[in-house]
Amino acid sequence: MTIRLRLAAIRKALFGDSARAFGTLGLLLLLLLAIVPYRDHFREWYRYQRSYLGLIRGRDDALTLQRRFQGGVHQTWIPELGVVDRCASCHLAMKETSLRNVSTQPFRPHPPIPHSLDEFGCALCHRGQGVATTVIEAHSSTKAWEEPLLPARYFEASCGQCHMDKLVGTPRLNAGRALLARYGCVHCHALTLPHGARLTPADHPPSLEHVSQKTTREWIFAWIKNPQAYSSTATMPNFQLSDNDARDISAFLISQSTPVEGGGTPPARNNPTAPSDADTQAGSSAYGESFCASCHAMQNAAGTLVGGNVGPELTGIGTKVKPDWLREWIRNPKAYDPETLMPHYRFDDKQLSLIAGFLGTKTEPDFVANMHLEAATAPQIAHGKQLATEMGCAVCHQINGIRRPEDFAPDLTTVGSRPLAKIVFAPGMEQTLPAYLAAKIKQPRSFGTALKMPQFNLSTTQVDNFVTALLAQTDRATALPARLRIAGSPASNYEPAGSAGRLMRDLNCFSCHTINARGGDMAPDLTWEGSAIQREWLLNFFKNPNTLRPALIRRMPKFNVTDAEAVTLTDYILTAYQTPAFDRDSFQPASDSASIEQGRQLFYSKYACQSCHIVDPQKDKGYVGPTLTQVGDRLNAAWIYQWLKGPQALRPGTLEPDWKMSDSDAASLTAFLMAQKGSRK
Amino acid sequence: MRKVLAGFVATFFAFTLACSRPGTQPAAKPPSAPPAAIVAVSGDKQVATIGTPLDQPLVVQVNDGHGAPAAGASVWFRAVNGTAFEPDFGVTGSDGQFTTAVTIGTLAGRYQIAAFTTGAGGKTVEIRIAELALGFQENQGRQLSDFYCGRCHDSESTPERVSNHDNLVAQPHGFDDGAFLNKMSDPDLLAIISHGGPALGKSAEMPPYEHTLNKSDIAALAAYIRAVADPPYQSREVVYAQR
Repeated sequence: MTIRLRLAAIRKALFGDSARAFGTLGLLLLLLLAIVPYRDHFREWYRYQRSYLGLIRGRDDALTLQRRFQGGVHQTWIPELGVVDRCASCHLAMKETSLRNVSTQPFRPHPPIPHSLDEFGCALCHRGQGVATTVIEAHSSTKAWEEPLLPARYFEASCGQCHMDKLVGTPRLNAGRALLARYGCVHCHALTLPHGARLTPADHPPSLEHVSQKTTREWIFAWIKNPQAYSSTATMPNFQLSDNDARDISAFLISQSTPVEGGGTPPARNNPTAPSDADTQAGSSAYGESFCASCHAMQNAAGTLVGGNVGPELTGIGTKVKPDWLREWIRNPKAYDPETLMPHYRFDDKQLSLIAGFLGTKTEPDFVANMHLEAATAPQIAHGKQLATEMGCAVCHQINGIRRPEDFAPDLTTVGSRPLAKIVFAPGMEQTLPAYLAAKIKQPRSFGTALKMPQFNLSTTQVDNFVTALLAQTDRATALPARLRIAGSPASNYEPAGSAGRLMRDLNCFSCHTINARGGDMAPDLTWEGSAIQREWLLNFFKNPNTLRPALIRRMPKFNVTDAEAVTLTDYILTAYQTPAFDRDSFQPASDSASIEQGRQLFYSKYACQSCHIVDPQKDKGYVGPTLTQVGDRLNAAWIYQWLKGPQALRPGTLEPDWKMSDSDAASLTAFLMAQKGSRK
Repeated sequence: MRKVLAGFVATFFAFTLACSRPGTQPAAKPPSAPPAAIVAVSGDKQVATIGTPLDQPLVVQVNDGHGAPAAGASVWFRAVNGTAFEPDFGVTGSDGQFTTAVTIGTLAGRYQIAAFTTGAGGKTVEIRIAELALGFQENQGRQLSDFYCGRCHDSESTPERVSNHDNLVAQPHGFDDGAFLNKMSDPDLLAIISHGGPALGKSAEMPPYEHTLNKSDIAALAAYIRAVADPPYQSREVVYAQR
C-alpha cells in the first residue's frame, strides 16, 4: 500500500506536468551520453594511447610527436584489397622513425620496407584480425582462431602473395619454391601460383621401363627400403616399406622391364676382371678431366661429399648398376633415357673403359650384403603391381603397365588459407597452420601410418622454406587485383632448330646454360653469345674448353665433338644468338698506340679493372671476372664496347658493375682490350 | 605391528644417515667443485633474419673455480621478444658443455641472451651472449652484400668462392669492422657505395654502384653494414635483454 503510494508520489514529482517530464528525460539522455566516453576510457586502445603520450612526454621532440598524435580509433580502409585495419590505434608510432630506439611494443616504428603502409595496410602481410580493437582479438592469440598473426619465421610468405619473381629480400620464399619443384612435390600435388602458372617439377625421376638392364633386384629392394642409406642426398623419399612389400615391388619392377628399343643387349665383354691400379688411376684422371664432378658428387677418402648436385651421387655406383649398362650409358645416355640431363660425351673405347672401370670400383657392398631374395612368384608380382599403383610410383616414374595417375595428392593452391576446422592435428601439437605444415612435411606419417605421403630427409631450414612457400598460397592471393601481381620470368620451352638444335639436345647444353630463358644456371647465359664471341675462338673452345677460367671447379667439359660438329654449333650460335641491340660490326676499335695507351691508363687507374680481371699475368692479381689476357682473340669489339657502357643490359644480373661509361672512355678501353691477343704474349 | 613400525623407523634413520653423508647420494653426481663461471664456446655473435633459427647451435661451458669443466651443472637460458631455446634448460655433459638451438626474436636488433648456472652457495652465475636479428631491409642488404660486396670485403675464402680481398692494393674493410666504418657518416657511406672510392678520395678499386643498384638497394646495404658493425654503430642503440 505504502509502496504504491510512494511510487505514485515519485511519478508525480518526475513526470507530474510536461515541464517536469521534459526535464527528467533530458537528464536521462545526458546520463546515457556520458556513459560512452566513460566506457571508452576503459578500452585497451585508450590505455595504450595514454601510455604513448606518457612515453613521448619527456622527449626532446615531444612537441612534434604530440602534434602528430591523434586520439581515437585509427582505421585504414582499402576496399580494393579488402583491407580494414585498426592496428594503428595502438601501434601509434609506426611512422615515427625518431622512436627507433624504443624497445617496447606497440610503440616501435615499423622497420623500413619497400611498401607504403597506407597503400597496403597491415593484415595483408601480417595476417591477424585487422578490424579488432583488442590485443587478443587483433593478434588472434586465442586458440583455434582461423587466421592468427603470421609468425616472423615465415614472414616472407606474405611477399609471395604478389611476387612470383625472385626478390633479393626473400631468400627463404625463393628457396621454398625451388624446393617444391626440386623435390618433386608438384608431381603429386598440383600447385598453381597466384598469378596462374602451375609450378612444374625440376627433378628428373628416371623411367623404370628398362630397369632390369640397369640394376639388380637386390639393389632395387635395398633402395626402395631406404634410398638415403645408399646416398644421403637422394631425392627419392623413404616410403617406409615392409620387407614383404619391398620384395613384391622389386619383383614387379624387374618383371615389367623390357629391353631398350633398338639397343639390344650390349655385347658381353670377356674381361670382367677388376681394372688394374694404373687403369683406375687413369680412370680417375679421366673422370676429373671430363668434369663429371660439376654435376655428380662423390665421397672422398675423408667421407666428405665433393661435387655438384645436378646428377646422382656416385659413391656407390659400382654396386648400383651393372658394368655393361654403365659402359653403354656413358657411351650415350640418350639411348637409355632420351630425357636425361646428362650430355652425350663422345668418348672413344679406351676412355669409356677407363671411366667405367674407375666408377666400377666405387662400390658400397654393405648396401646389398646378406640379401637373399627367392625367385618371385606370380602372386608376389601381382601384389607388387598393386602396391606400385596404389602408392603412386607411376606419378614420378614411367612404368610399363601402369598409367600415370592425375591429381594423386591434394591440390596445394590455397593451402596457406586452409581452415583449421579442416585439419586433423596430431595429439599434443600446436594447433596452428604453420605448425601443422611443418610437422606434416617433417614427418608425414606421424599423422597416421596409413597415409601415403613418404618421409623426406630435410633439414629444419628446408622445412621452414617449404612452409614459407606454402603459406604464400592464400585465398587472398588469388583474389588480389591483377595490377599487384609481379610475374616471375615465364617458363620457356625454347627449342633450337635444325641440325645444330639436335646437336645441342644431344650434348644437353641446357643442363648448364640458359638460352632464351630456358636452361640451367651453372654456366653463362648464351642468349646473346653470338654478338659476343669470335668465330675462330669458339671453334677452338669446343675442341679444347680448358682455356677460359682454368681454376674454376665447375667448368665446360670436353665433349670430343668432331670438327664438323664444332662448325655446326659455332655457326648456329653466331647467327641465332645475336642481340637486336647492336650489330656485330658496329664498332671498329682504334689500333694506334696512343688510343691503346689511353685505354691502358683507364684500365689501371680510373676504373681499376685489375681489381677483378687479369690482363698481365705477371702483375695483375684480380680474380673475380674472367681472365682477359687473350680477350682480343675471344670477344667481338662491339660487344666489349657495349658491355662497358652497360653490362646488365646485355646479361641481366651480371656481377660487373655498370659504370655508364662515356663513349670515348669505352672506345679507348675497347682498343686496349682488343690489343690483348694471344699471339703477342 | 610394533615390529613393523620399529623396522620402518630403523630404515628411516638408516636412510637419513646415508643421505646426510656427503658423496653417497644415489642421484646424479653434482660437480666436483661448484661452478664458478659460464662461458660461450661457440654460436655467439651470429646473424639471422628475425624469428628464424640461428645457423649454428649455441654451446656454453660451465667451469669450476680451477677453470676445469664442471659436469652435471644445471644451465638455463633467458631472452626476450620471442627468442626461443630448444631446450631452454639442462645439465652439462662430462665435458662441462651444454648445447641448445636458438630461434632469434621477432624484432630486428641486437639481442643479449642470458645463460645461467648455479654457483657456490646457490648463487646464480650468468653470462650475456650477443646475437643479431636482421629485419627485412637489413636482410635484403645481406643478400646484396653476399653477391656484390663479399668477393672483396669478406676476406674468408671457400672452395666455391675464392676471396679477392688479398689481391687488392687497398685492403677492403670487412662490414663488421665497426671501429673503422662507424666513423663514416651516413651520407659518406651512401656516397662511397654509389659513386665509388674516388668520391671520398679512396681507392678506385671500389667501383660505383649507382647504376647497378637502385637507391633502396644501396640504402639496404648501408642498413646491413650498420646492423653488423662491431662495436655497434650507435652506443645508445637498443639491446634486447632481460632486465
